[in-house]
Amino acid sequence: MKPTNVVKTTHSPSQIPDDWFNKLEKDGQEAEAVARPSLSYWQDAWRRLVKNKMAMLGLVFLVLLAIMAIFGPIFSPYQVNMQNLPNQYQPPSAKHWFGTDNAGRDVFTRTWYGARISLFVGVMAALIDVTIGIIWGGISGYKGGRTDNIMMRIIEILYGLPYLLVVILLLVVLGPSLSTIIIALTVTGWVGMARIVRGQVLQIKNYEFVLASKSFGTKSSRIIRKNLLPNSMGPIIVQMTLTVPTAIFAEAFLSFIGLGIQSPFASWGVMANDSLGAILSGNWWTLFFPAFFISFTMFAFNVLGDGLQDALDPKLRK
Amino acid sequence: MLKYIFKRFGIMLVTLWIIITLTFILMINVPGSPFNSDQSSNETIQANLEAHYNLDEPYHIQYLLYLKSIVTFDFGPSIKQPNQSVNDLLGRGFPISFELGMMTIIVAVISGIILGIIASLKHNGFIDYLAMGLAVLGISIPNFILATLLIQQIAVNLEILPTATWSSPAHMILPVTALATGPMAIIARLTRSTMLEVLTQDYIKMAKAKGLSPWKIVFKHALRNALMPVVTIMGTLLAGILTGTFVIEQIFAIPGMGKYFVESINQRDYPVIMGTTVFYSAFLILMLFLVDIAYGILDPRIKFHKKGGE
Repeated sequence: MKPTNVVKTTHSPSQIPDDWFNKLEKDGQEAEAVARPSLSYWQDAWRRLVKNKMAMLGLVFLVLLAIMAIFGPIFSPYQVNMQNLPNQYQPPSAKHWFGTDNAGRDVFTRTWYGARISLFVGVMAALIDVTIGIIWGGISGYKGGRTDNIMMRIIEILYGLPYLLVVILLLVVLGPSLSTIIIALTVTGWVGMARIVRGQVLQIKNYEFVLASKSFGTKSSRIIRKNLLPNSMGPIIVQMTLTVPTAIFAEAFLSFIGLGIQSPFASWGVMANDSLGAILSGNWWTLFFPAFFISFTMFAFNVLGDGLQDALDPKLRK
Repeated sequence: MLKYIFKRFGIMLVTLWIIITLTFILMINVPGSPFNSDQSSNETIQANLEAHYNLDEPYHIQYLLYLKSIVTFDFGPSIKQPNQSVNDLLGRGFPISFELGMMTIIVAVISGIILGIIASLKHNGFIDYLAMGLAVLGISIPNFILATLLIQQIAVNLEILPTATWSSPAHMILPVTALATGPMAIIARLTRSTMLEVLTQDYIKMAKAKGLSPWKIVFKHALRNALMPVVTIMGTLLAGILTGTFVIEQIFAIPGMGKYFVESINQRDYPVIMGTTVFYSAFLILMLFLVDIAYGILDPRIKFHKKGGE
């Protein structure tokens, strides 16, 4: 290639005229100012989450659902289990927004009571999983060596147990109720969380800032609480968001095979199960509303979890 | 390698032992014990029960005999149906459930992988968004709801396919679709994300530079590595499909093991519940073991002699 456009300097340094230079006003404060506002990890994650339309759709839906679960029944003149047999299988109307079911009960009211149960089961199961998982995984990962080996063997054994079969077995014996369902769901449910926490702790405990903490003589429990856990919060939160739909599904599944929450509660799974026969006779609304809310709630948690996974991953930070 | 298999085998045995022991403990603690005479009005049943569970022996002898009966594949009598043993039910129901499960797995794996590959090749394009949107929906809609929707729309409204039972290939389409959609969606998402990762690797660039056809690059070079994570979740997927058969068989009136199992739960037929749980757990644990071994053989990066952690 032939060199073209080579700029020749025609001035030697002594020849550069003074008016080529401008003197800048000295402004100490502006010079120090940071162009972009400094964002904490959480602010940055939030900013990225807001940009994710699907995740925000999920979040908005879940917030609305939670509001309706709390206040929905207040707006309705009907009771959850108020039966009105002459009024059975009314299609949706101004009087019964979601229609009525086989016993003439208002589906609108029952849907929000179902939301209470499903959200409560899902969130409680996730919280208990996190608590056990953090303690188990934190100790196992931090201590390492023999402790870790034994704790991980126990996890491997529990991990092999088929989740829903164990839940079914426990519920057959304990008898289905709100608290026994939550207990059964968490007996083996925490294992996944413990694995994730352990993985995180194993990785972070080798970082310099943890070493610095140690060299100051900080106690192990404090290092776990102040150094390791806050830095592994991202994957923990993502796992939590994905645990909730699993628990909601499990509750609906259990209701479906006859191990669900018994009346006077109305869970979505019970409602869907009750209306199985009804759809064949054309009363679609009795199944549609619980089915729609189970599916959309799981959808919302799934997309929110996906969004959080991207938002909380520091590697994807722009 | 041998050491690894041996270790996995040991863990498998312990897991099995735990589930067997758990069923035994639960069985003696069941409210209104199944061995209570008022539970079963039938004398034959009562006699069967006493003979099988050696109820006059102390607990530890009962436990050992129970272990022995399970090892010899004898799950005892039903307490609701006279002269029916759990083995009879398993023998009748399991082949049908197995057929349903295998078809579901094959459909889910093939369609999931194809969907995942297409989505990854059209990354961020319309097809990618469409496929992944469908996948999230597939994960979110519970199989029993999908099943009822399919019956209502396709079997009742359009009358294209039969509503229920398990007698001809046409009868199998709806249940398999309902059961396969969830696992398919999971496989599609996983395949897509690992494919995207693998496609940026140097050896793929190398293959492109050599002038290999895109077809060959995808199927011969990329897919092989992209499928490793799919192998790891096969165990979990199998468990999901197996429990899925409980409700699907119920909804479609398929006379498989799942249907008997749900019936036994509703009738509180404890020996059937316990027997099926042990049998299915053993089946799943064995599958998990085989998946682990398969993974070890397929992935040359796993080093077996390395000590500690995974």
